Amino acid sequence: MDTSRWEAVIGLELHAQLATRSKIFSGAPTGYGAPPNRQACAVDLGLPGVLPVLNGTALSMAVKFGLAVGATVARHSVFARKNYFYPDLPKGYQISQYELPIVEGGAVHISTEGASRRVGITRAHLEEDAGKSVHDVVSGRSAIDLNRAGIPLLEIVSEPDMRSAAEAVAYMQEVHAIVRYLEICDGNMQEGSFRCDANVSVRRRGEHALGTRTELKNLNSFRFVERAIRHEIDRQIAVLESGGTVVQQTRHYDAERNDTRPLRDKEEANDYRYFPDPDLLPVEIDDAFVESIRSALPELPGDRRRRFVADYGLGLDEARLLTSDRHLANYFEATLGDEGADPRLAAHWVTGELGAHLNREGRDISASPVSPEMMQGLLRRLRDGTVSGPVAKEVLKAMWDGEGDADHVIEGRGLRQVNDDDALSRLVDDVLDAHPDQVSQFRSGRQKVLGYLVGQAMKASRGKANPQRVNALMRARLTE
Amino acid sequence: MHHLSIRQLKEALLARDFSCEELARSHLERLVRIGAELNCLVSLTEEQALAEAREADRRLIRGDCPALNGIPVVHKDVFCTRGVRTSCGSRMLDNFVAPYDATVVERARRQGMVMLGKANMDEFAMGSSNENSFYGPVRNPWDRERVPGGSSGGSAAAVAARLVPAATGTDTGGSVRQPAALCGVTGIKPTYGRVSRYGLVAYASSLDQAGVFARSVEDAAFVLEAIAGYDERDSTSVDRPVENYVSALEEDAGPLRIGVAREFFGSGLDPAVGDAIEEALSHFERHGAGRRDISIPSLELAIPAYYVVAPAECSSNLSRYDGVRYGYRSAGARDIETLYKKSRSEGFGAEVKRRILVGTYALSSGYYDAYYLKAQKIRRLISAELREALREVDVIVGPTSPFTAFRLGERAGDPVTMYRCDVYTTAVNLAGLPAISLPAGFVHGLPVGLQIIGDHFSEARLLQIAHRFQSTSDWHQRVPAGCE
Repeated sequence: MDTSRWEAVIGLELHAQLATRSKIFSGAPTGYGAPPNRQACAVDLGLPGVLPVLNGTALSMAVKFGLAVGATVARHSVFARKNYFYPDLPKGYQISQYELPIVEGGAVHISTEGASRRVGITRAHLEEDAGKSVHDVVSGRSAIDLNRAGIPLLEIVSEPDMRSAAEAVAYMQEVHAIVRYLEICDGNMQEGSFRCDANVSVRRRGEHALGTRTELKNLNSFRFVERAIRHEIDRQIAVLESGGTVVQQTRHYDAERNDTRPLRDKEEANDYRYFPDPDLLPVEIDDAFVESIRSALPELPGDRRRRFVADYGLGLDEARLLTSDRHLANYFEATLGDEGADPRLAAHWVTGELGAHLNREGRDISASPVSPEMMQGLLRRLRDGTVSGPVAKEVLKAMWDGEGDADHVIEGRGLRQVNDDDALSRLVDDVLDAHPDQVSQFRSGRQKVLGYLVGQAMKASRGKANPQRVNALMRARLTE
Repeated sequence: MHHLSIRQLKEALLARDFSCEELARSHLERLVRIGAELNCLVSLTEEQALAEAREADRRLIRGDCPALNGIPVVHKDVFCTRGVRTSCGSRMLDNFVAPYDATVVERARRQGMVMLGKANMDEFAMGSSNENSFYGPVRNPWDRERVPGGSSGGSAAAVAARLVPAATGTDTGGSVRQPAALCGVTGIKPTYGRVSRYGLVAYASSLDQAGVFARSVEDAAFVLEAIAGYDERDSTSVDRPVENYVSALEEDAGPLRIGVAREFFGSGLDPAVGDAIEEALSHFERHGAGRRDISIPSLELAIPAYYVVAPAECSSNLSRYDGVRYGYRSAGARDIETLYKKSRSEGFGAEVKRRILVGTYALSSGYYDAYYLKAQKIRRLISAELREALREVDVIVGPTSPFTAFRLGERAGDPVTMYRCDVYTTAVNLAGLPAISLPAGFVHGLPVGLQIIGDHFSEARLLQIAHRFQSTSDWHQRVPAGCE
């Protein structure tokens, strides 16, 4: 299979669950994990006679997103009914937006392996989520949980601008970062707050016409998106190379088998009979409303990333990691208040050692027991030589475990770095005396053994010795 | 006491001529006796009514009476009532008990009204004769072999037979005005958005509007004032103060210019009905009104436009009746597809199914532009022409129905013949205008209805004009034989 003759064309439909307290058309709460049907009111159940009322916060959030991606925010948008029968769709239609969505146009910029690309956003529209059919609770029967029915969603539809699985993931991560920066979506993919469907086709390189596409569903992590798209591209190329044709269909990704399979019963062409929902008036918004939202927009991840590279001298990957989460970026910047602060050192410790602690306990940066001020104190002691790197790790661990700030831990545990040359000379002499073989090896030309000897000295000092000084003193003694 | 007006009832109750409970009992007794013959109720809520009446009596003693304290009312069975079945005249909802009250029901109760029962109706408010009810047809009190009109036939018949002073209804294409005309009572359909639709089981959402049946304009004004007003639960209700309709009746209406549209007097109009309407128009002129003959050409398109828009919305609105969560569920379905098909086939009547099919077709891809979109364009045209005409005249006056009450079964075989009933009423819904139907004569012992159409939110003025007519005529005071 010669993949170089083929080009993939990918577009994504992302569903961001908007972080409103109540549902998009009812007053029922939106919390995750409640017992079945406890968060569904008469409106969500589609009882006779009930009517939808638009949640103003959901509207503001959609406008926020539109402004953040440079899109046109429609001053006049319309809710439409998408009609189809499904047991977990209580009204027999989903309220969505069709011809006149709230957001049109716009773009985000991504970069992968040094190359950057603009990915166009066709539209973003508001809609309500459906409920959930559950097949394993009541034996032999299907049950329906309508807690999710009426949860506000922003469906973000991209142009087919991506050319690889890696680009698709980069785009998805960028949008993920944006919605979290805007605090309009918690981005939790396990709980389904941020979902992705991918439209994938391939064509011969140089061709302009699009190939037949398939739609991939059930992509609930960045990793699955990448693997599923890569797999689907290969599958389509194989089909075409063997003289076959790609069938337009919806395919379900099976993460365990890393395989996609056509979904049953989805191939019949559904006629959704969209028409404007007569229960909801067209949404009319004015410039003042849009401007009030624009003026309150935070710095967005792309801008912040560029600033971190330019102002702090961070590498692109490090900057991307730090800016992927607004709270993480805020944390990082909060550690830089000191005179003589070293952003690269700070970035290294925040993403590295602190990140490892957070990952291990599955905590978000905002739940870190080590505050930015505490981290700043530790960085200060690293820079002024009070502690070495290895000792700093111990200090951080102690701070994480609640032993107080860096200075407190350093004093309490006696971890202050030894910089006194007399004391260090004694340490060096002791080590050299204890290792006569290595000393003679060094003197006969095996210079590499110096590292071992320095290590022994550091070990003997329980990491407190200043490693640069030990190194210098030891070299001086050995070459006397 | 069943002949007293609401104003007289209020005075009598205040004077303790009788109690609210006695008033309720007397009406319940007639509802059981005469109401059963007419089949005008699908539920009689006797116990609840007596409890509410006793509560009204206690309020009377405490001296904190709302405007309609103790006044009996019947609600069309399209309004949800907490704890009392809301069937919509359908097998589909024969077992449905709503967990909440419609805003109309809630407001009527807050004003002290005592609900005696739920009125029979065409299934899901689709029909012009009340023959489409799962609970059987309602009979016209003026001639029990004839229809009361529809879809709010039970409400109209109950008021006409003096079984209740007032009843609520809904009007999507004429469902308050046409039965009011055929039963010889006063019926008002307010401006779209004037009365909340919350809890009103939807037929065609952009056209549905709650209305009132009463024996006089004044009684209708009392009840409309109680139920009208903005409701944050209905996005299409309009946030605009409700006028004091009752006190407005006594204000000087000033010079009146009535418009007479030639399209309301076309070939479909029964000449005898036409004569009665002409006489009513002369009556207005004799009492100082100026008459202007006008033309509103697009009125000819109202029926086709209505019978696309209404079914289209209905096809979507009625999708929720799938047998899954509530309502009728066919027994023995083994899979979800069959459950849908059987439940809906068995739960809905023929006319409802017809409109769902028509509406589904009109919204289908490939037909949407030709039907739904075209109908919406006609709708805008009708609305523009009517409003243009209403700049020249205060109101447009004509017949409510082209004919008087017809025999049971007479039009049931052919839907298009049935749809002609609505020829003078649907344009008003398409334009969202308020209109009122008044008794204005009799032909062979059957009432004739006069329709008065006003501009948006001109309910006070409409009621004033209608009240002036009733102050100088007595058609509305005639009582059907056997209902004295």
